Amino acid sequence: MSANRIIEESQMSVTEKQSVAEIKARNKELIAEVLQVYPEKTAKRRAKHLNVHESGKSDCGVKSNIKSIPGVMTIRGCAYAGSKGVVWGPIKDMIHISHGPVGCGQYSWAARRNYYIGTTGIDTFVTMQFTSDFQEKDIVFGGDKKLAKIMDEIQELFPLNNGITVQSECPIGLIGDDIEAVSKTKSKEYDGKTIVPVRCEGFRGVSQSLGHHIANDAIRDWVFDKINPDTPARFESTPYDVAIIGDYNIGGDAWSSRILLEEMGLRVIAQWSGDGSLAELEATPKAKLNVLHCYRSMNYISRHMEEKYGIPWCEYNFFGPSKIAESLRKIASYFDDKIKEGAERVIAKYQPLMDAVIAKYRPRLEGKTVMLFVGGLRPRHVIGAYEDLGMEVVGTGYEFGHNDDYQRTAQHYVKDGTLIYDDVTGYEFEKFVEKIQPDLVGSGIKEKYVFQKMGVPFRQMHSWDYSGPYHGYDGFAIFARDMDMAINSPIWKMAKAPWKQAPKPFLQAAE
Amino acid sequence: MTQSAEHVLDHFELFRGPEYQQMLANKKKMFENPRDPAEVERVREWAKTPEYREKNFAREALTVNPAKACQPLGAVFVAVGFEGTMPFVHGSQGCVAYYRSHLSRHFKEPSSCVSSSMTEDAAVFGGLNNMIDGLANTYNMYKPKMIAVSTTCMAEVIGDDLNAFIKTSKEKGSVPAEYDVPFAHTPAFVGSHITGYDNALKGIIEHFWDGKAGTAPKLERQPNEKINFIGGFDGYTVGNLREIKRIFKMMGIDYTILGDNENVFDTPTDGEFRMYAGGTTLEDAANAIHAKATISMQQYCTEKTLPVIGNHGQEVVAFNHPVGVTGTDAFIMALSRITGKEIPEELALERGRLVDAIADSSAHIHGKKFAIYGDPDLCLGLASFLLELGAEPTHVLATNGSKQWAEKVQEVFDASPFGKNCHVYPGKDLWHMRSLLFTEPVDFLIGNTYGKYLERDTGTPLIRIGFPIFDRHHKHRYPVWGYQGGLNVLVTILDKIFDEIDRNTNVPAKSDYSFDIIR
Repeated sequence: MSANRIIEESQMSVTEKQSVAEIKARNKELIAEVLQVYPEKTAKRRAKHLNVHESGKSDCGVKSNIKSIPGVMTIRGCAYAGSKGVVWGPIKDMIHISHGPVGCGQYSWAARRNYYIGTTGIDTFVTMQFTSDFQEKDIVFGGDKKLAKIMDEIQELFPLNNGITVQSECPIGLIGDDIEAVSKTKSKEYDGKTIVPVRCEGFRGVSQSLGHHIANDAIRDWVFDKINPDTPARFESTPYDVAIIGDYNIGGDAWSSRILLEEMGLRVIAQWSGDGSLAELEATPKAKLNVLHCYRSMNYISRHMEEKYGIPWCEYNFFGPSKIAESLRKIASYFDDKIKEGAERVIAKYQPLMDAVIAKYRPRLEGKTVMLFVGGLRPRHVIGAYEDLGMEVVGTGYEFGHNDDYQRTAQHYVKDGTLIYDDVTGYEFEKFVEKIQPDLVGSGIKEKYVFQKMGVPFRQMHSWDYSGPYHGYDGFAIFARDMDMAINSPIWKMAKAPWKQAPKPFLQAAE
Repeated sequence: MTQSAEHVLDHFELFRGPEYQQMLANKKKMFENPRDPAEVERVREWAKTPEYREKNFAREALTVNPAKACQPLGAVFVAVGFEGTMPFVHGSQGCVAYYRSHLSRHFKEPSSCVSSSMTEDAAVFGGLNNMIDGLANTYNMYKPKMIAVSTTCMAEVIGDDLNAFIKTSKEKGSVPAEYDVPFAHTPAFVGSHITGYDNALKGIIEHFWDGKAGTAPKLERQPNEKINFIGGFDGYTVGNLREIKRIFKMMGIDYTILGDNENVFDTPTDGEFRMYAGGTTLEDAANAIHAKATISMQQYCTEKTLPVIGNHGQEVVAFNHPVGVTGTDAFIMALSRITGKEIPEELALERGRLVDAIADSSAHIHGKKFAIYGDPDLCLGLASFLLELGAEPTHVLATNGSKQWAEKVQEVFDASPFGKNCHVYPGKDLWHMRSLLFTEPVDFLIGNTYGKYLERDTGTPLIRIGFPIFDRHHKHRYPVWGYQGGLNVLVTILDKIFDEIDRNTNVPAKSDYSFDIIR
């Protein structure tokens, strides 16, 4: 047995000896410690967002969905990011105008890996940046005329677009532009073309989250409510029609999910919104069930469809075999025996693959600890996938979660003693990781290099670090491979120069 | 099922399997209400025509795929070039998340920056309280030596007054009265990221030289022999500044880099995260007033800064991102003239090696046509270099280029016989470039990562030079300035040319007679 191995094992046994009570005490101490850096008022506010989870509690004991504190380096984005970047941007056959100055559209241009099939620039437009590129005169005199002209130019140069959305940037709401009026006029002029004004100015709300809500409402008001009830359906309904809601097809996630639903006998009539189209949005009220992956960003429209069209919705989790099987059965429970048998058939079909993946990767990942900080559903949803690999999530938090997210987290996912941090600041996250020393951090691009510099393996859990898909059975194989690749990369053993390593006790003795 | 534990397939291959292909075809047919494929094909072809180009160039309101970002990005970039400095952007917080992501995706480095997180109430009442709280928090948490304030368009539209806000914040004790908080208004609806660089740098210089917003005596210039150097907004800042410092050292020049980003965007992985690394010391920033001259490597990044410096009595010299032999010659000779230092033989040798390399390879570049887009100075530098290689910079486009810039590019064309059929396009975007590449094809395209869409659509091979480069790694570590940098650019261009030659001659029994082993 090599010396390294002995050290690793002794470290492991130290970790194992730590009782939950000890972990809780350490985490509480850690929270108290990070709060010391803040001015009193800020410390008081931040204290409410940090906690150590107590099992049995109905939520994680943190405040959430509250304004970020100025100057602390929040990781959050804005309402525009929630609407254009998340909900609307992936709808592939519509043109989404970033309405305002050039930056917002530029920084979010093709950055979210919403995969789609189409001829870009001709019949699909996701990886393009359409902007009204506001100049000073547009601020002074208003941008409505320019917006109208932009729509004309879009019609001329991109004749196969199926609709237009106006994604408002900060100035629009401040200068009093009437984008609704422009949209209505132009829609009339273009024979009822779908043109959607979205009031997702970046200063609205406290994070991306309000942008999701505003975008959902815009679909309700400007897509659903504009559908002519006399329009004949494009397809014959079946009892097995479902819509995938809240999957943005990052790295192909919605595709590796869709295939499972179809294999169990369901028919997916719409994807919201990854690789989605206007026709799919319009057809969704015909679904028998909406299956909802990202609850945070699309629960609003799901609730609306339940109220207005009587469509039930069902949350599911396609990360890791345990949660996938649980979810397939849950979805099947809304249908007849044919679908229930289908779910069992799908679970059985992929079992050998899952067994092989776990046999290969679990021994390399067993006992490894993870800290997460992500948006949407992932701070809880991926926990099961890590556990399938024998890993443990020791800290987690939401960029823009609400209390209902923390309830779901507490009731179904996190273990006793888990460190919880809402809207974490750069300082807190760095300190937490420094003290807890997890084997892996999963967060975003802004955090990636901070932790890698510290010698901590990292995976981007928004973009899958340019890999993916991670959803579904096919995705889990990739997830397992990637986590192994990150944690067991030989590079992390080289972060410290050999001549700068702390001297070993036995070396000192030899001297 | 194509997935396996042994050979894990990810998005590159997974979806090409028959199950997925059938699923996607069915999705399209049944649910997407797709356009008739013949119609898609017709429009695709139409978009390549001169007729489409004419309509495309007649656009007055719509911008599609621009090659520019907004002011605060440049302000953040230059701020972190000062020792221990935290950029503080006053306005909406989402903007800051975007700048940080953008810079991190290019440099593969952390990017630290804070926001005053203004929301709806601040839109109504102004962001003073956000500034007061924000400065106090940043000061206490991140212990910066300086906080450099800039603005998002939200704060600009509602008219927040940075000078007054910072003054009030100091009175309220957010930061000590003597603490350095330079500021710049950087409205996103004016200019681009290079304007923001300019405004923020000017703000920092004025702060130190002109009495720290009325809180300290103005500095009296006592001329010394040092020179100041400003790199401008530069995706190659790490490699370039390292190279420039090497040249200064070689020539024995005493210098101050104003906005020294070399280290902050190139920190080691050794177990420690450095929020701050290197940078111009605040003392040097102040003392830069005494320098003999200031050299800007990018005129259009320093249009407002240089006159301010010039008004303090220094000579100011601006270049346009010199790349290659003559550009570097002019730069080196200017250094020598200003400082009185002789140009060392070592540099002459380096120059000779670059000329040698060009001579060796010229046959493969001579007469080739290029399209270039990027920031105005980069375009000028690259166009000049291509002309000295005997190539033709057929289309030169800068979304953030002005009319004066276009005139300058035209002068560069006019000075070379190879510039005869070349054209410059100020204020145009990459959708215009797409029409240019279809209607007046060139051999190669030079641009940033977004150029890959043009490469895909038009078949013009892309040579990645510019900012941002997201999909190739570590290019920022290699200089494009100096004779050494010229060599790097030359090799980058040559690699693509040779790859293309090989790719076009590799069909067995068809074209592979030209698949030469020696080129």
